[in-house]
Amino acid sequence: MSIDTGVPTSASTPDSEDSRQWTARVRRSAESAFPPDRLLPDRQPAYMASWIYVFGVLTVVSLAWVILTGCVLAVMGPSWWHVSTVGLFVNSLHLWSVEAFFFFMVIHLWGKFFMAAWRGNRRLTWITGVVSFLVSVGAAFTGYLSQQNFDSQWISTQAKDGINATGAGAVWNVLNFGQMLMWHIVLLPIVVALIVGLHVLLVRRRGIVPPFELTETGDEPEKAATGQDPA
Amino acid sequence: MSRGNRGRRRFNPDRDVEEWKGAYVPYDILKEAFVAFLAVAALIALLAIVFSSPDEHAATLKTWSAADPVDFAQTAVTELDGTSGTATYGPPYNATPGASQHIGFFAPNQWLGVHQPVDTAQDFVIGPLRTLPNQPATQLAITAYENAPAAQQTAWTTAYEKAVANATDVRGRLHVPVGRYGPVGIIIGSLTGMSQTGGLDGTLLSNGQFYNTNYTKPLLFLADGNYLAARADSQHLSGDQWGMMNETGNYPGQAWLWLYTMWYQVPPMNTSSNGDLEVWSIMMLLSLGLILLPFIPILRSVPRWTRVYKLIWRRHYRELAGT
Repeated sequence: MSIDTGVPTSASTPDSEDSRQWTARVRRSAESAFPPDRLLPDRQPAYMASWIYVFGVLTVVSLAWVILTGCVLAVMGPSWWHVSTVGLFVNSLHLWSVEAFFFFMVIHLWGKFFMAAWRGNRRLTWITGVVSFLVSVGAAFTGYLSQQNFDSQWISTQAKDGINATGAGAVWNVLNFGQMLMWHIVLLPIVVALIVGLHVLLVRRRGIVPPFELTETGDEPEKAATGQDPA
Repeated sequence: MSRGNRGRRRFNPDRDVEEWKGAYVPYDILKEAFVAFLAVAALIALLAIVFSSPDEHAATLKTWSAADPVDFAQTAVTELDGTSGTATYGPPYNATPGASQHIGFFAPNQWLGVHQPVDTAQDFVIGPLRTLPNQPATQLAITAYENAPAAQQTAWTTAYEKAVANATDVRGRLHVPVGRYGPVGIIIGSLTGMSQTGGLDGTLLSNGQFYNTNYTKPLLFLADGNYLAARADSQHLSGDQWGMMNETGNYPGQAWLWLYTMWYQVPPMNTSSNGDLEVWSIMMLLSLGLILLPFIPILRSVPRWTRVYKLIWRRHYRELAGT
């Protein structure tokens, strides 16, 4: 006896008419790019035996704490932490999670640089990592502008000259608290989360970069290339 | 290069890798993430409990004019006669000729023009004073100033600027030596008094609506004086103190801006009238270079040449040497 689960099973095979559906194509691409054992692997190459690899996951979990503590501040509103002891503590958690996030991210970035982690078709992984760092700088900057205290007054009045010199001040007014708060709690976090998510997916898809091969002279042997980028 | 030729492309150790054919070891990635999540929680909680976070009270026009009415009056008269930093800033606040920063023909600020218009005389001085009720002397003074020829206005404000340079602060009240500055003395005196009551803060923030979150005008007025800068200097936040990456007190600030801040400390940017545009241009180029590093010959070889990777993968290389 069969049980009706209410969910129709997929009838699309690569040769069927349904296989040309956008939905079917996206599903097949996702299944091909991220089979379960690649998305959540339980084994890693033996060369992944270094503390430097810890800083990637430390960066991601620090970002999780930045977002969590930021959400609590958002629930209570932008003035809460100035008048509440609990609010001040949550703001402190937010500040230190941001400091930890950048500390871990910069070490991660330098580690990946010295590994030349873009090798073997991993250039987009490097690019998304650097872009997420740059966007995070902007997200943190708008946070400093949104503090509603002397620090945000001083930073905004100083930073306006650099922003205005580029012409960006025509639409991006660092003296406008409401605009900067919206960028800080909505727009830039969305961009950071999307790029970091893409970065992590690319790491899962391509795997971690293998070590340089050594010869007695320290030079690479001449050989035909594999795993090259189609660029 | 066509796809058919890719497999025959010469191996480049800074671009390509050999497929890993060595051993794989168990690695619980979710457990690692969970432990890291708790470890970071403990770390930031400890830092938050021990160090808390800074919260220096914001400056207001009221606190400024009460603490230093002379500096306030000196700034206010430059807002009235159009010689203040904001009045002569150029885009996006006003169209002062030649004020935009540029590198050769590259002048993006000039190209985009005025988008946050500020008329310092009207917005900072005359407009707010016009809202004051029951002040006929002030209203007459404003009318006299507005109806005077430009040369007369300049003569009055110049005389006032000389007089206010010798002004004194007697228990928070402004005393300006007598001079031939016509109605300007009453105008600036009234504005100082209005600011000391807190009325100017609210008036500058008002845009005709009940709610407002745009602090552009009061912040520009504050930044034109010395009060804000003096407070920043005492908190080691000035530009020549690497201020953009610092935080009030002894807290770590935006340390990741060290490179951006460094360019402001070195010639020619530290004295250039186009310093901001020069620093931003350098940072944009460097950021683009970092993004595109995998494509840049020589730079992408630096990791292989420096051999720091031998430290990172030392266990791997030690095992290779042992086999």
